[in-house]
Amino acid sequence: MPSSPARIVVEDLCKSYRVAASPPGGRRGLAGWLPARRSWRTIAALRGVAFTIEPGTITGLIGPNGAGKSTLIKILSGILRPDSGRVTVGGLVPWAQRLRHVARIGVVFGQRSQLWWDLPVDDGFALLRDIYRVPPALYRTRRARLVETLRLADFLDQPVRQLSLGQRMRAELAAALLHAPPLLILDEPTIGLDAPSKLAIRAFIRDLNRQDGTTILLTTHDMHDIEALAERVIVIGHGRVLADSPFETLRATTLSGRRLIATFDGPAPAIALPAGVSRLPAADRVLALDFDPARIGAADLLRLLAPPGTPAGTAAPADVTITRPSIEDVISRFYERHASTP
Amino acid sequence: MMQAATPYLAAFRARWRTTLRYRAAALAGFVTQCWWGAINIMIYAAFYRMAHGGDGAAAPFALHQTITYVWIMQATLALMPWGCDPDIADAVRGGAVAHDLLRPVDLWWWWFCRATARILGRLVPRALLMLAFAGLLLPRAGLGAWALHPPPSIADAALFAVSILLGLALSACIVVLLNIVTVRTLSPAGGNAVITPLALILSGNMLPLALFPGAFQTVLILQPFAGLGDLPCRFWLGTLHGGRAILALGQQAAWLAAVAVAGRAALRRTLHRLEIQGG
Repeated sequence: MPSSPARIVVEDLCKSYRVAASPPGGRRGLAGWLPARRSWRTIAALRGVAFTIEPGTITGLIGPNGAGKSTLIKILSGILRPDSGRVTVGGLVPWAQRLRHVARIGVVFGQRSQLWWDLPVDDGFALLRDIYRVPPALYRTRRARLVETLRLADFLDQPVRQLSLGQRMRAELAAALLHAPPLLILDEPTIGLDAPSKLAIRAFIRDLNRQDGTTILLTTHDMHDIEALAERVIVIGHGRVLADSPFETLRATTLSGRRLIATFDGPAPAIALPAGVSRLPAADRVLALDFDPARIGAADLLRLLAPPGTPAGTAAPADVTITRPSIEDVISRFYERHASTP
Repeated sequence: MMQAATPYLAAFRARWRTTLRYRAAALAGFVTQCWWGAINIMIYAAFYRMAHGGDGAAAPFALHQTITYVWIMQATLALMPWGCDPDIADAVRGGAVAHDLLRPVDLWWWWFCRATARILGRLVPRALLMLAFAGLLLPRAGLGAWALHPPPSIADAALFAVSILLGLALSACIVVLLNIVTVRTLSPAGGNAVITPLALILSGNMLPLALFPGAFQTVLILQPFAGLGDLPCRFWLGTLHGGRAILALGQQAAWLAAVAVAGRAALRRTLHRLEIQGG
C-alpha cells in the first residue's frame, strides 16, 4: 500500500540523553587541573510516545519546557536518532532515510533562522531552489504566490540580518515552503511576534492547510495559536503523551467551570448557593460566582439572581457576564495536575 | 549529472559571493602581507650574506628563489586552513546547524563546497594584488632583486597550477574536518588552535621547508601540510621534475584522499550520535 506522503506514525518512541554531572565548585586550586572523575546521568526525554497523524490535518504539540517536544520534533525531522521505537513519515524512517525524508518536509524553527544572514532574501530563496532542485518554472509560480500571500515584496532585496522579526518569520515560512512539502513542521513559529504578525502567520498557516492540504505539526507555548489553528492537541509531559484529543475535549475534562459576574445598582443580594456554585470575594455591588455547567445551567443560575416577576430596577443585576476560563488557565491547570506524575 | 551537482554549485556560488564582499579585509590583508613579506626577505638577505656570502650557491635555494618563495607564500596565505567555517561555528552554538541537516544534500560535499568557495573568495583578490605588486610593480620600480620571479617554463607553471589546486582541495578537506570537530566539541577553539600553527609551520609558510635541518627533510616533504605551500612553491621555482614531480603530486593526492575519507567517516559517526543544542 503506498503511504500517503504525510502520514506520521509514531510507536513506542524512547530517547534518553547522557549528561555529564560535575560536582559544583569542583576541586580546589591546582587539584582542579587533575582529570576529575565525571559522573554521567541519564535523562529520559521520551519514554514510549505513540500517536498517528493523518494527512491534511493540523496538530498542536504542547507541553511545558523540558517535556520532550523538541526531542520529538528533531526525531520527526530526521536529525536525531531515537534509542528505540518506530517512526514513519509517509512510509520513510526519518533518520535512516534522511535525504529522501527531508526533501519532503519543511521545517521552521521560530528561534533559529534557516536563511543566510548575509544574503538578500531572494538570493536565499534561489539557493533553496537549487538545494531542493525545484524546476525553474515551478519555482517561479511558487515564489510569486508566497511573495504575495506573505507580503514579502518590500524586503526581498534586503539581507536577512536587516529584517524585523515579523518580516523574518514570514520569509522563513516562505523558505520552508518553496519545495512544496506535504508536511510542514513549525517549532514555536509565533515566538516573540507582535499581535498583528501573529494573526498574519496564523491566517497563512490555516489557508495553507485548507487550500494545499499541507499537513501541519505545530509546537507552541502560545495557546492562542492552538485555539486558532489546531483541530487536535497532543500534550507531552515527562516524555509521555498526557493527552491527545480535540482542544475542546481537553478543556471540558480539565477546567469545565464558568464564571458569572453580576453587577447591581445597589449592594449585591445574598442568595442561597445551590450545589456546584461557589461565591468569590468581590466588591459590594458585585456578585462573582464560579459554577459547574454540568451541575447547574447558566440560565437556571440567572433565574436565581432575578426571579421572574422581580420588578425591574430593584434587585435585578444591572449587568451580567459569563466567561469561560482562559485557555492559559486550562493548560496551566492541566500541567499542574500532571506535575507530580513521575 | 548536472542536476546532481546543482545544490553544491549553488553553495559554492553563494559563499564565494558573500566572501568577496569583504573588500576592506582583503586590502588590509594584502598590505599586512606586503609588510611581512618585505621583513622576511630582508632577514633572509642578511642571513644569506652572513652564511653563504652573496647569493648563497651552497644553500638549498638561491636568495632570489627564496624571495620568490616568500612572495608566493604571502600571496597564498589565505590557502591555509585557518580554522572551522565561522558561520558553522555560530550555527553550532545557536543550534541552527540543524538546518544544514534538514537539507537533502550530502553534508560533507556541501561543507566542502562552502569551504572551497570561502578559501577561494579570500585567496583570489589577495593573490592577484600580491602578484601585481611583487611580480610587476617591484621590477618596474627598479627593485628587481627583491621581486617575485615567474616560473622558469610553461611546464613548471602548469605543474604549479595542478599542485595549488590539490592544495586548495586539501585545505578545504581540513576545514570540513574542523567543522566536524566543532560539531562534536561545540566549540571551534580546540581544533583551530591545533591545526592553524601546524599548518603555518609545516607548510613552509614561516620558513621554507628546504631551510630546515637536513635530517628532517624526508619527513617534512612527506607530511600532508607540505602540499599547502611548500610543494606548489617548489613547482613554481622549477625544482621538481620528472619522477620527483610525479611523486610530489601523488603525495598530495594521497593525503587529499586520506583526509577526505577520514572526514566522511568522522561525519557519519558524528551524525549518528548528534545532539543539536537548544530546545
